[in-house]
Amino acid sequence: MKYSGFKVLWEGLKGNTGWKPLWRNPDPKKNYDIIIVGGGGHGLATAYYLAEKFKITNIAVVEKGWLGSGNIGRNTTIIRSNYLLPQNQPFYEFSLKLWENLEQELNYNSMVSQRGVLNIFHSDSQRDAFVRRGNAMLMSGADASLLGVDALKKLVPFLDFQNSRFPIKGALWQPRGGTVRHDAVAWGYAKEADSRGVDIIENCETTNFLIKNGRCYGVETTKGVIKSKKVGVCVAGSSSQVMGKIGINLPIESHVLQAFVSEGLKPVIPGVITFGAGHFYVSQSNKGGLVFGGDIDGYNSYAQRGNLPVIEDVCEGGVALMPMIGRARLLRTWGGIMDMSMDGSPIIDKTKIRNLYFNGGWCYGGFKATPASGFCYAHLLATDKPYNDAKDFLFNRFERGRLIDEKGQGNQPNLH
Amino acid sequence: MLIDHPLLGPRDASEFIYMGDAKLLNRPNWKSQNSKTKFLDYGYLRKNPAGVHKELWYHEQGDRSWLLVTRNTVTHEILKVELARDTKGK
Ligand SMILES: Cc1cc2nc3c(=O)[nH]c(=O)nc-3n(C[C@H](O)[C@H](O)[C@H](O)COP(=O)(O)OP(=O)(O)OC[C@H]3O[C@@H](n4cnc5c(N)ncnc54)[C@H](O)[C@@H]3O)c2cc1C
Repeated sequence: MKYSGFKVLWEGLKGNTGWKPLWRNPDPKKNYDIIIVGGGGHGLATAYYLAEKFKITNIAVVEKGWLGSGNIGRNTTIIRSNYLLPQNQPFYEFSLKLWENLEQELNYNSMVSQRGVLNIFHSDSQRDAFVRRGNAMLMSGADASLLGVDALKKLVPFLDFQNSRFPIKGALWQPRGGTVRHDAVAWGYAKEADSRGVDIIENCETTNFLIKNGRCYGVETTKGVIKSKKVGVCVAGSSSQVMGKIGINLPIESHVLQAFVSEGLKPVIPGVITFGAGHFYVSQSNKGGLVFGGDIDGYNSYAQRGNLPVIEDVCEGGVALMPMIGRARLLRTWGGIMDMSMDGSPIIDKTKIRNLYFNGGWCYGGFKATPASGFCYAHLLATDKPYNDAKDFLFNRFERGRLIDEKGQGNQPNLH
Repeated sequence: MLIDHPLLGPRDASEFIYMGDAKLLNRPNWKSQNSKTKFLDYGYLRKNPAGVHKELWYHEQGDRSWLLVTRNTVTHEILKVELARDTKGK
């Protein structure tokens, strides 16, 4: 289905009777070239890029629930490319470039809104660290600038600049960062993958892998056995569960991250703002709700709901940064299960089983990575070689001691 | 979550720092065969079960003891709490 302004007008006149489902609802075939396990953002993007860039269309995406039921429909929708390390920054900048053209490419309005991301700093040493990060961003072709207090006061006058404990000294600004309507990303990729022949099979859980002589040749699912030449796992928070079926232990712990939305307010927050002295980030949705979040709860969890101490901590961070939100009422909170890797960075790699591939370990930053993750995973699945911008996201970095640890925290996932 | 500390009674989980899978109590011997593989497993690889999990909690805002907590990661129910030092090597 093609969307256009004309189509919207026409359907308005016809009582909106002509809209059709965005993807078919096929039964699984017996055989595919590639099966993607997990129909989250990354799995659907992978299927789309396999079909579009690598012309492989005999693909099934096998999803346990409905599209958008995982983290793709639970995140706080922030996109940015403000990483520091050379293994990460070019990848996230590649992703941001793909976001910029995504709606035209998919002919689907995913509300990519580049309203800018402000990382506030509160001390001289933090400023120095952000200058370094900004320079790393510029070197990868991204945009970054340093704002002093005067410029910041024009942009976000409501911050607590004189806070006696955490005075605001300025911010690192990435104007091209912003937010995207998260589930529309899944729907857009699903629509375009489907129209190229990809079978999207919902309510179909992968329960095991078919393996013979160290080679994977398909999956067992709740809708029966499906064979394929290659299988790509892409299940985010369920990574350890799925790979555990064949005894593979991953460098990943699953943790719960909560998100928060306030009641609808008049437009007040111009872009994304992050607190530098605690963990708090906020943006405002088009409906007016403040969308914010902070730390993961910090313990292994598969519960998709968090506990109250983190809610308190996140709200304290928010009020310390912008006291005016103290009167806003919290409308909703929810949780999602994060695949927290041991160094805080992702994995896009082959496994020790031939024809079985793995994509995961995205921690709480995988939404912004969706297009590039899909592209790079498609490249790996199609060519058996990592794409250049993702060439360091390999399993063997742990045994080689070449961790990609943005924050320098070591092998403790709840610190990343 | 309330953690029933063996010495101090029920304490709020936010007094503790979560230190991960209790396999960290069994540090491999660096002189053993395949110690490289064993340390990779020890330092980085995790079972990460959905269900019963043995894990370490450090009582930083309290008596600084290390607890071995058995907890269900799907329901957050705490099934058993022991002092880690009492279980070491068992
Ligand atoms: C509260 C919250 C806030 C976040 N905020 C941000 C943010 O602001 N910016 C950012 O960049 N990132 C953010 N993230 C992280 C981001 O959402 C994730 O890293 C990313 O969505 C993970 O990739 P995905 O979309 O493929 O995951 P998912 O959507 O979780 O996809 C995985 C899919 O696999 C399916 N699956 C699992 N097991 C099986 C099986 N056995 N068989 C078949 N299918 C299976 C699941 O049902 C699920 O649909 C946030 C996450 C959360 C929870």
